[in-house]
Parts: sequence; C-alpha cells; structure tokens
Amino acid sequence: MAYSEKVVDHFNNPRNMGSFKKDEDGVGTGIVGAPECGDVMKLQIKVQNDTIVDAKFKTFGCGSAIASSSLATEWLKGKTVEEAQQIKNTDIVQELNLPPVKIHCSVLAEDAIKAALNDYKKKAEETK
Amino acid sequence: MKFPIFLDNHSTTPMDPRVLETMLPYFCEKFGNAASRNHPFGWEAEEAVETARQQIAKLIHADAKELVFTSGATESDNLAIKGVLEMYKEKGDHIITSATEHRAVLDTAKSLESKKGIKVTYLPVDKYGMVNPDDVRNAITDKTILISIMMANNEIGTINPIKEIGKIAKEKGVLFHCDATQGVGKIPVNVQEMGIDLMAFSAHKIYGPKGVGALYVRKKAPRVRLAPIIDGGGHERGMRSGTLPVPLIVGFGKACELCEQEMPTESVKLAALRDRLQDGIMKHMDEVYLNGHPTQRLPHNLNISFAYVEGESLLMGVKEIALSSGSACTSATLEPSYVLRALGVGSDLAHSSIRFGLGRFNTQDEVDYTAKRIIEIVTKLREMSPLYEMAKEGIDLKSVQWSAH
Repeated sequence: MAYSEKVVDHFNNPRNMGSFKKDEDGVGTGIVGAPECGDVMKLQIKVQNDTIVDAKFKTFGCGSAIASSSLATEWLKGKTVEEAQQIKNTDIVQELNLPPVKIHCSVLAEDAIKAALNDYKKKAEETK
Repeated sequence: MKFPIFLDNHSTTPMDPRVLETMLPYFCEKFGNAASRNHPFGWEAEEAVETARQQIAKLIHADAKELVFTSGATESDNLAIKGVLEMYKEKGDHIITSATEHRAVLDTAKSLESKKGIKVTYLPVDKYGMVNPDDVRNAITDKTILISIMMANNEIGTINPIKEIGKIAKEKGVLFHCDATQGVGKIPVNVQEMGIDLMAFSAHKIYGPKGVGALYVRKKAPRVRLAPIIDGGGHERGMRSGTLPVPLIVGFGKACELCEQEMPTESVKLAALRDRLQDGIMKHMDEVYLNGHPTQRLPHNLNISFAYVEGESLLMGVKEIALSSGSACTSATLEPSYVLRALGVGSDLAHSSIRFGLGRFNTQDEVDYTAKRIIEIVTKLREMSPLYEMAKEGIDLKSVQWSAH
C-alpha cells in the first residue's frame, strides 16, 4: 500500500512531537487507543485565555496514525477551545488522503482531541 | 550497495540467473507439450520434465515417480488434504494440524470443517512455536486419517520435530502430510527418514520461478492414493490434470539442483549473516525480544519484537529495506499475527514484530546497514511513543485502563 505524500511528510517530519507536564497550568491531556489494538495517541493542548497556544503529541501506531495526530496538533494551534471541538475525523481523512482501512486512525485523532479538551475543561472547573 | 535491499526472502526469492538460463530454451524453441507422445517436440519436453523430476526428487530423497507438479505449495496443500479426505472418507473423518500452520493448510481445514463436516484438531504450540509430538500422539483417534504439520514456520522460522511426528504417524497407521515450503532447499529434507507421506513445496521460495510447485506422494509403504481436485486429461498419474508448464518445471529442477549442491555452504553463510544481524540489533537495544526458537530455527530467519514501536511505522521508516511485519496494519484483517499469538506473544508485541528473511544474494554490508538503520528508526519511534515514555516513568502498561477501540 502506498502512502500519500502528506502522510509521508508528517511521518518523516512530525510537527509538535513531544510532551507538556500534565499538571502544568492550562494543559489538557488526552490518551486514547490501546497497545493491543496497535495504536495509542497522546495529545496535549496548552490553553491561555481560551485559546490553544501550543499542542504536542506522541503516538504509538502506524504511519497514518502518526500523521493524523501530527496534523491534529497543527490544526489545534491558534484555535479557541470552542473551535477545536469542531475538528472532525473526516477533515483529517480528506487532508491526508487516508484510504478506507486507515480511517480508524483519523477517528482516534478526533477522540484524542476531544479527550484533551475534556481534560482541560475538567481541570479548569476544578481550579475555579 | 543497491537499494532497496531485499530482506523478505520468506515471501519469495529472486530467481537465480542460472535457473533462468536453463529455462530459456523451453519457451520458444523447445516448446513441446510433455504429453505429446508422437513427435520429437513432445519427447524433448517430456525428457526435460523427467530430468527436473530427478533433480527435485534427489533434493528430498524421494523417487522421481512420487512427485506431482502443481501451481505451487498452496495447491499442493489443498490437493494433499482434500485429496486424502475424499479418498479415505470410509476410514475416518478426523485430521490433526497445528495453530501456526500456513493459511493454505488452516483455511483448507476450515473449509472442510464447515462444508464437509470433517473434524479438525488444531494443536497448540509451545512458546517457541514448536509442536509437541506427544500432543500429536494423544490427539489421534480411530477416526484420524491425516496429520498435517509444517516443517518450518514462515514467520518465526521454528523447525518442528518432523521425524518424531513421522514415527508416530507410522506407528498409528495415519498418513502424514508436511507443508515444507519454507524447509525444502534450506535445510536437509529426507522424506524416508522423516516418515513423510505427502509433502508440499514450491519453486519460488528457492530461487526458482513462480507458478510451479510439487506434492510428494509416497508410492510404497504405504502407497498413498489421492482423489484429484482438478479433473481433465489425467496428467500426473491422474492426480493433477493440466498441461505441464515445462519451462517452469525445468527451472524448478535446476533450482533444486543448485540448492542441493550449495546448501552445505549456503546455510552456514546465511546462519552467520543472520546471527550478525541478530547481534547487531539485539546487543545494542533494550526491550527487544526474539520470536521463535533460539536454535531450532531456519538459518535465514530472524523475527524480533521491538517493544513500544508499531511494526508498520517501523517499516515505513526503513523504506529502503524490504521487510515484513506481524503488525495488524500490514494485513487486511487488522488482527496481528496469529502465529505470534499462538506462541503466547501479547498483541502489543505482535504489533511490534519484524520478520527478517535472508537469502542467497544478501551481503554482509547489507546486513550491517540494516542493523544500523533499524536501531536508528526504533530509537526515533520510541522517542515518539507515548508507551515508551510511560514505561520510562515507571508506569506498568498492563495496569493502565486503555480505551480499546
């Protein structure tokens, strides 16, 4: 199976790979997937004044899973928390040209975004 | 060094130029039908086929008359299993095979189970992927008519105790079929000493052409009979009709002759290269695990799991090297390797496995380059892996509540 150029590019030059400290102020962390299924994504956002100022990822998974999460961090940066909610897995499929067997990678990326946003909101509620 | 490097010799092998040379006259000049009895074109073709039959028989210590040509090992496995069950259906309806067989055997067994009501015992394997001969003995009932156990596994290279199983089969009067696709040409095979009654193998795994294989069918003690699955002109003693592909058979014969001549030196060379690759990777990395048997293994096979790294992403990172992975993402089913699962390897490590298959034309430079590149990419992907990070933080990954999807 051949990969799209964009998948290869994200795989070779992952954007925003790394981690924030989970307990840092304004950081939301989402970890989704399972090692038994062959993919685990960790997506983190750093929020200031309701805007995502930075995002990072780490992914265990195939090239498409790595590319999906790398792309997600690019898209998250600069968005408000509300705008970030609107990112759909189908947008990722389209942008990366993912074949049908790899659609689950984009679903996982959307789940990771949602999980990170929820974690951020939960922490924000608690510190209020 | 030439790129890409081919290290996937369990899937297929490049044809040896000496094999091609032998085949060439049989396309345009000596194009006769080996079944044509009345003119020199036919005689010439028949003679070439008989020479090849001798060459192939010699490699496995069989009689030339005991070989049936097929399109490949998958067809040979089908013919052996379906042919025996049909022919001996009065005697019983039970077959014994193992969990790590090739799908040509497993899916044939499954199809007979669902369509013909045949009973199948799938024997487990030990943690190295080996069948226990005692399990074979204990599984035999008075309805058992066939045992089908592979010689060596295509993923992990583990070599089964074929001689012991053959002995039990003889003792109990049950026919023994062996899928030897990965063994023939690579390790010494002797159907007499091993007590094999039927044996499947193919040319393209041993530097011969694709599209031709053989089924060894024992002629005496006992004389094995088969119901054909392809009807027609009654070629191959009625067991497999269809005009013989003379050029392919000539190539198959030459490939076997070369294997027979070169195996003593070639297997030593390949094992040394394999060990060099294994040490080059495993001695320089932590949390890498060998899959398969440490010693009872094909000389050209290496299968390693790289914890915290998914197999397909690893392959993607070394695009200039042709390898294979037990990861689900490389298969259509999204399930990781059933072979590794049968060994008790966890799904996570099955997703992380890479199979290296060395061959006749690989060099030490290629092996050293591969070891270096694998270490680089695994290191890079571990940096990218949330699992590696968690493990380094001391989190027990088994205790985490994952959101399975």
